[in-house]
Amino acid sequence: MDTLLRRYGPVLTAAIVTATAVWLLALVVLPYLAMIEFSFHPNLPVPQMGGPNDRYTLDNYASLFRGLDLATGTVPDDLRVFLRTIWGASLVTAISLCVCYPVAWYLARVAAPERTAFLLLLLVIPFWINEILRTFSWYILLAYNGPLNAVLQAIGLIDAPVRWLSGSAGVLVGMTYAFLLFMLFPLYNALETLDRNQVEAARDLGAGTLRIHARIVIPHARPGIAVGCVMVFVLSASSYVVPALLGSPGTRWFTETIYQWFFEGQDWPRGSAYAFVLLALCIGFIMLVMRVFRVGLDEIAK
Amino acid sequence: MNRTAGQNAGSWLLTAYLVLFFVYLFVPLVIMAAATFNTSRFPTVTPWLGTTTRWFGVLAADTQMWLALRNSVVIGVAVVAVSVPLGVAAAMLLDSLHRRARGLLYAVMVSPLLTPGVIIGIATLVFWQRLGVQGGLHLVVIGQTSFIAAYVMLMVSARLQRFDRTLEEAALDLGASHGQAFRRILLPHLWPAIVAAGVLAFFQSFENYNTTLFTRGTDSTLTIFIASKVRTGLTPAVNALGLVLIALTVLGAVAYEVLRRREAARNQGAVR
Repeated sequence: MDTLLRRYGPVLTAAIVTATAVWLLALVVLPYLAMIEFSFHPNLPVPQMGGPNDRYTLDNYASLFRGLDLATGTVPDDLRVFLRTIWGASLVTAISLCVCYPVAWYLARVAAPERTAFLLLLLVIPFWINEILRTFSWYILLAYNGPLNAVLQAIGLIDAPVRWLSGSAGVLVGMTYAFLLFMLFPLYNALETLDRNQVEAARDLGAGTLRIHARIVIPHARPGIAVGCVMVFVLSASSYVVPALLGSPGTRWFTETIYQWFFEGQDWPRGSAYAFVLLALCIGFIMLVMRVFRVGLDEIAK
Repeated sequence: MNRTAGQNAGSWLLTAYLVLFFVYLFVPLVIMAAATFNTSRFPTVTPWLGTTTRWFGVLAADTQMWLALRNSVVIGVAVVAVSVPLGVAAAMLLDSLHRRARGLLYAVMVSPLLTPGVIIGIATLVFWQRLGVQGGLHLVVIGQTSFIAAYVMLMVSARLQRFDRTLEEAALDLGASHGQAFRRILLPHLWPAIVAAGVLAFFQSFENYNTTLFTRGTDSTLTIFIASKVRTGLTPAVNALGLVLIALTVLGAVAYEVLRRREAARNQGAVR
């Protein structure tokens, strides 16, 4: 604070501190706390709020599991959607990693610098295009009477059109497409710093391609893999527009459940509780990745 | 270097894979754009029923679209106006703090970037609702600012690290007031970062969907408009809008890249 006063004087210092405090308190910290606090309230009509019935309860969290019966294998709807979201987001993350790794390798290690610069510029374009438009493009591509079915029929791979948008395949494909580049860029950045000599030395000592990647390249790319996985998982798990456009009622996503509790069920405390569960899932995943890949938060927040 | 046949086959395979990857990346977008010019009522390219530009006219006649566009622009301008000063102030505060306090504050500041957009929207909605403020354009601005200010903070912080503090000290020693030193020394140095951050903030706001979805009340933005049109009342007019936005994005992305590279080249020249 002394440094601040010495550099900017009392008026500017007061303005700087006030502005930062407004941002962090009114726009960041207090809203989170309000949401979490609200999730422990029962859902009451406005006149009863703060009344004798307004006691703290864990009911909104318990309702996620209500009806769960392991003996008969009955899973309640909301929990099923939550588990599907975790599974789907994990799958999208794994697919993105596999698809992007060779591309990142090519860009960082194989291509000539000018070509890499050009290809990166090409990649920036879809990256900047809105998530909704990227999803919408798959909506057209996968439509029942759409181009994909027409092409597959024309080359004789299928006899009748396939309903791509009625299963979870459409959601997974669209999500991978929408968030793939969030994996590619961190991977590329990590691979770019790899010392070429290390790879050459390993090759001279007789290591095969697979071995070089397993023992040298992938360990070096750890921070990039970690950042990419965190980005893709969090974006997928919390995506609303992709399942809303490419999914069907049978492939509902947890964000859609939350939205329904807020705006159709009019049960805001439960919506808040589920939102907190989703946030906890994302934080849990970040911590898991940090442990598995042994990277710090500062590397992820970059 | 003696390459074996296996390595050659490998590099050929890798190149083929890369071509496929780029095809995969661009074909959906090209098809979406092409469907704008098909007379078919449902946007598709198969079958091609005839070439037309009438869907641009249909789009231009859509009053809802213009309203949504106006809202998106108003929100974008407001977000820039609020998030840039907040982000600059936060960066200046961080810059003058000691290491330990800085680490903690930094973590709080970047936390909105790691938080899912829907959750930022929900938290904003619940908090302000309890203070008696309903959803609407103003709440969209508040929700978006909470994380866009973090982008501004990061960009300005990066620029601040290259600031020579002795210039500021010299100005103060020579009798400049704190306000003068800020206006004449620090602000000109930060200006490129502030402009870039402002552009990025507007773009982030304009394309936001997740936070907007929960805070919008009954108001509509362009992204909300597109998503609802796809669900109900989809015609190639939506593609026409998509095509316009993609064209603007491509122009913006190329311009941004060119500027960024020119700036990088200039910095390199300065070092040399």
